[in-house]
Amino acid sequence: MGMFEYAPAPESRSVVDIAPSYGLFIDGEFVPPASSGGVFKTVNPATEEVLAEVSTAGPEDVDRAVTAARRAAGPWSALPGAERAKYLFRIARIIQERSRELAVLESLDNGKPIRESRDIDLPLVAAHFFYYAGWADKLRYAGFGADPRPLGVAAQVIPWNFPLLMLAWKIAPALATGNTVVLKPAETTPLSALFFADVCRQADLPPGVVNIVTGAGETGRTLVEHPGVDKVAFTGSTEVGRQIARSVAGTRKRLTLELGGKAANIVFDDAPIDQAVEGIVNGIFFNQGHVCCAGSRLLIQESVYDEVLESLKRRMATLRVGDPLDKNTDVGAINSAEQLERIRTLSDIGAEEGAERWSPPCTLPAQGFWFAPTIFTGVTQAHRIAREEIFGPVLSVLTFRTPAEAIEKANNTPYGLSAGVWSEKGSRILAVADKLRAGVVWANTFNKFDPTSPFGGYKESGYGREGGRHGLEAYLA
Amino acid sequence: MPESSSSRSRKSAPTSAGKAVAVRRSSAVRAGTTAGVPAVAPVTPPGPPGRLAVRKTYKLFIGGAFPRSESGRTYLVDGDNAALASRKDARDAVVAARKAQPKWAGATAYNRGQVLYRVAEMLEARHAEFVACGVPAAEVDAAVDRWVWYAGWADKIAQVHGGANPVAGPFFNISAPEPTGVVGVVAPASFLGLVSVIAPAIVTGNTVVVLAPAPQAAIILAEVLATSDMPGGVVNILTGHPAETAPWLASHDDVNALDLTGVTDPALAADLERTAAGSLKRVVRPAGDPDFTADPGLTPMTSLLETKTVWHPKGF
Repeated sequence: MGMFEYAPAPESRSVVDIAPSYGLFIDGEFVPPASSGGVFKTVNPATEEVLAEVSTAGPEDVDRAVTAARRAAGPWSALPGAERAKYLFRIARIIQERSRELAVLESLDNGKPIRESRDIDLPLVAAHFFYYAGWADKLRYAGFGADPRPLGVAAQVIPWNFPLLMLAWKIAPALATGNTVVLKPAETTPLSALFFADVCRQADLPPGVVNIVTGAGETGRTLVEHPGVDKVAFTGSTEVGRQIARSVAGTRKRLTLELGGKAANIVFDDAPIDQAVEGIVNGIFFNQGHVCCAGSRLLIQESVYDEVLESLKRRMATLRVGDPLDKNTDVGAINSAEQLERIRTLSDIGAEEGAERWSPPCTLPAQGFWFAPTIFTGVTQAHRIAREEIFGPVLSVLTFRTPAEAIEKANNTPYGLSAGVWSEKGSRILAVADKLRAGVVWANTFNKFDPTSPFGGYKESGYGREGGRHGLEAYLA
Repeated sequence: MPESSSSRSRKSAPTSAGKAVAVRRSSAVRAGTTAGVPAVAPVTPPGPPGRLAVRKTYKLFIGGAFPRSESGRTYLVDGDNAALASRKDARDAVVAARKAQPKWAGATAYNRGQVLYRVAEMLEARHAEFVACGVPAAEVDAAVDRWVWYAGWADKIAQVHGGANPVAGPFFNISAPEPTGVVGVVAPASFLGLVSVIAPAIVTGNTVVVLAPAPQAAIILAEVLATSDMPGGVVNILTGHPAETAPWLASHDDVNALDLTGVTDPALAADLERTAAGSLKRVVRPAGDPDFTADPGLTPMTSLLETKTVWHPKGF
């Protein structure tokens, strides 16, 4: 199938006004960091253009933020739930009103296609605040006791793959339950969190309820280890999650972790093949594969292997890789040079270990960080590309003969975040879903998210759930 | 060994044993509260004068069997030699627990509920034996009632803790709790505490390796479990020093969760938490000193559950 010709259709970036530099958002104000010189640059990964200078929060700044959050915690939790709800509804509305601006900003800072930030990230962000707003005055009906209490100050550290959506997943339930927060966005994608600080000001949110401290891993470590913090919520790599679990051991801080994954996407021979191929593509190439629940291990039943693979390659050849702001782009830029290096290294190891590598012909831009959609066939369970999270647009293809073999291979990983099942046979789907050790199972679909739907992992993919009634538990005593 | 026989005298007291048990069975009033009945019900049946009592050997409970510690070690507790569990015993117990887990979790909730109820029946029947080893009668009653309480939860917790999610799209979406897997438990010293950590873990389909600091009551409970239709390996009980064996459970990669309810030393708890972080185990550590006579609430069950959410499109 030939590629349709498309004229460029870039979204205008004039809707976003990025300041040359940003301070830290503490106690309702943007303030400079305590020690000068603590700044870093955030770049557009599609062009390597510097977007802004951002402050590095040191121990003194983190302490100021935690103190502000602590001061705000009493009055905020004493506010009637219905009033807290109204602040969150306000925030949801402001996000809806500013969603085009925030979507463009997110694509600029992260590299994700505008189609995704506009149609998936931003609508989900607003929906998440709207959903948890409604819980604020109904907590006693949530099943966590007659008078559930907030924990206090929540330290939240989020990743760069869905910057504003992960912020929403963290801040909305924390605020609804009466906690105050200090949030650290990832160092490569700090801008949407800083814009969110402005949303909080627009909503007249009381100072100190939300504090945003920017910086790299060291700032995050200082934050989660701060003795004034009652609750730690982290989304990111399993390795950092382990370190955090060790560092909070014995402190009585409550901890929830949403970590890595290596999801199996299982295609049975009775699957609707065309839909399955769409789901495979969405499963691994959505957001450049920078998705902890990505379907990065494709398990195809041997009898339909050739058919699925041929169809998958044909579909991959139509993926448009390039300018994230172009409305026709399917696959955007890799978020950072560092991440690109990791994807390259693991892919090279895949080839060295004997797996066969294939990418559709595609021209990558000269500037920026890019990686073509890639599949590896002939992958065994021993290959590193079948065991380690690549966090990029790289799919490992394995085969199986029986449902039992599919389940065994799917579960043969220390991770347990998500899985996919493709089959037209209802009883098979339900039986396989029962056996998969994963927190989210998508049957005949993939990578679907909703604020009402609990999300989180088994095993080394972390603990606790975000979303839904379950998501309240992490922030209630 | 005069010391030994005197320390055992409460168990082998020759008088009124049958009577005490008979009173207990024929009345709602417990032995010890009825006039003329000794406060402690003897266990060994009375025999002719001079008959030597048959004593019980307290061993471990692993995979439904009662082995001695592979280390050959015992330690003296109130005149009894109890097995002193080792690292190898802990690892054997994890293997047994892992082996039993899929089938136990795959049993119907109704079936698990009936097995737990059967435990309550068997425990009731051995009431006197627990009292004889020093557990207050009221605590045995409470333990029986706790098994009954949890038996009823088996087929209700999924409805209370899970449910349909009204997602904004044409999808069927449901969240259901599932057992975490193999749980290492450092049990509290009290008998009601022991029951209160085992029952909520297993009712949902987990299997447990329990480190029990009070060996006699724990092993009598193992005998109850062994006669309760409970599949071997669902509950494994190791007696000895939890401070010695718990680190091996905390570092074991095939243990999914760690319940530290019985750890009283904060430094040990912190060490175990740190070790458990290696494989990101779920760690249960209730704040303060838990009151086991209070309504346990859902937390003892839900903290050892995972939530699985399944999506499926709707369409014609």
